[in-house]
Amino acid sequence: MSSQELRRKRLDRSINVRSTGLYALSSYREMTYLLAPRLLLIAGLLVLPLFLDLYWQRVLCAAAVFAMLALSFDFLAEYVGLVCLGGALFIGFGGYAAGLLNAHLGLPPAVTIPIATVIGACLSTLVIMPCLRLRGIYFAIVTFMVPLFARNVIVALGLFGSTEGITGLDTLPNTWVEQYVILSVVLVTLFGIRRLVSEDVGLIMMGIKDNDQAVLAAGVSIFRYRVLAVFIAALIGCFAGAYLAHLYGWLGLSLFAMDFSILPIAATVMGGMGTLVGPVIGALILTPLSEALRGFGQLRVVLYCLILVLFILYKPEGLMNVLERKYHQFERLEKV
Amino acid sequence: MESVLIYGAINSITFALMAIGFSLVYGVSRVPNFAHGSIYVLVGFVVWSLVNDLGLNYGLSILISLAIAALIGLCVYQFVLIRLRGLPTSEIISSFAVSLIILEGLRLQGIGGFKGFIGPNYVLKPFLDGKIELFGVFVDYQRLIVVAVGLVLAIGLWLFTHHTKMGLSLRAIAQDEQAAMMLGINSDRSAMISMALGSALAGLAAVIILPLGNVTCEVGYHVLIYALAVCIIGGLGSWAGTVLAAFLVGFAMKVSTHLFGAVWESVVLVGTIILVLLVKPSGLLGKQKELEERV
Repeated sequence: MSSQELRRKRLDRSINVRSTGLYALSSYREMTYLLAPRLLLIAGLLVLPLFLDLYWQRVLCAAAVFAMLALSFDFLAEYVGLVCLGGALFIGFGGYAAGLLNAHLGLPPAVTIPIATVIGACLSTLVIMPCLRLRGIYFAIVTFMVPLFARNVIVALGLFGSTEGITGLDTLPNTWVEQYVILSVVLVTLFGIRRLVSEDVGLIMMGIKDNDQAVLAAGVSIFRYRVLAVFIAALIGCFAGAYLAHLYGWLGLSLFAMDFSILPIAATVMGGMGTLVGPVIGALILTPLSEALRGFGQLRVVLYCLILVLFILYKPEGLMNVLERKYHQFERLEKV
Repeated sequence: MESVLIYGAINSITFALMAIGFSLVYGVSRVPNFAHGSIYVLVGFVVWSLVNDLGLNYGLSILISLAIAALIGLCVYQFVLIRLRGLPTSEIISSFAVSLIILEGLRLQGIGGFKGFIGPNYVLKPFLDGKIELFGVFVDYQRLIVVAVGLVLAIGLWLFTHHTKMGLSLRAIAQDEQAAMMLGINSDRSAMISMALGSALAGLAAVIILPLGNVTCEVGYHVLIYALAVCIIGGLGSWAGTVLAAFLVGFAMKVSTHLFGAVWESVVLVGTIILVLLVKPSGLLGKQKELEERV
């Protein structure tokens, strides 16, 4: 009974109140309060590679790839309202584009990665475009099928090395370049998307998510904005794919593997949907965890899914929202 | 030519059978059950284990596994989906995750001496062995059973959703949950029953279709995709649409296999979906909540 007589009361920290709006500029203390979490993330990511050995540096690269995918999933799901279960499509298209440019035209990674990012994003957008008139579960279903479909086309036509793939692609010069390229892109993407969603474009996209018929009634073409959003998300995903192809120096059917669709979703749910930072942190936690379980085969997928379901059921707000609340507010128990 | 027609028809009814459970759960009562394919496979493995490991009677083990399927559907609703009603994104993600837990869990190896269901050794016995000649084409009895059960279920489902109190209440909660609740329909109970029923139907489809081939985990993904494809093409909650779409997809795949080869099956499947969505985004016969589902 005693638990019913108490309730949890949350109050904003005074510094949180003092640092809203223009008052943030009033002293270094307030500015530090606002900047510290952001700087901590940036510095943390940039310093991290220095403390890792070669194996875990590789894992970090993979984690960053998943972080990119999680960012693109979060952006599409929470800011545009398109739940895309086909992250593998972006990885596949980006990876194949980069790999083929490298293997057949002999272009170096510095050229293939940007080109493949754009080509892959255009292709993925074209493929997803017919389904953009759908929403909710239907969009999710179709995007889930598209990577499987792409896989089957490659096998059916015997394209691009078919089931064996192409090996011996150029890799990046050294491990430091490998890590800092992807880490800096993750950070740029993260802050770029945060800026994007607070611009007018982002406002329209969120409007589409919340009530697309109202946006339609306001004379805005939903379809164009959805295409734009998918293109942006595809850019992020295809970069990750192109990078991945050059990281392993190899392309093949496993670029369309289910892992690339599921882990980012688990990371997003774990980190906190709609926070954008959360998915990145979620990916940085989940990928090493799954790496540690590599020996158990399918257990990894089961584990992601368990984490996913448990987080959705018991902590639907995700880690990031909890941390943010703890940072801005303090709580105490109070008698009712 | 006759063989394409006959096998096309059999194939179509197979699809209808796979889709019927999903269509009941999502199309009719608007609970996304992405665990459909995994329950299908799970039932196959449970029947196999009961027959081969415990030595039970075939018919008895089928009944037991159908009950298990219904129970799983019920539990998935009761413990997972019920907490997420009205959050479509979470509903999709969590039921999909449950599906993966079941499917990949079946493949787990080495935990507690569990060997994992991998490989081509898992075959269910057909109900009746033998073949019959129809218009110069040999068809085995199992395929005829598929056709019979498919037809009975399709008609039965229509009667159930249009002429029984339970079926009408399922359609009611899909159309307008609040109005349904005002009329005294317990929406959670209805949704739970529809999940249990849909899962049992997935299991029934499994025990009838699986004897035609091996039981493997990959089948689960395929079944989910076929069921979704048929429901998308046919249109939401439309009984006739589901059947029509099953025939469209079934024949499209058989004809393309006949003309170009088996590798093109899945390409044709997704091609059909994209084509139908481009021409008519609401599906062939979808009318229900057209504006709200698609923009």
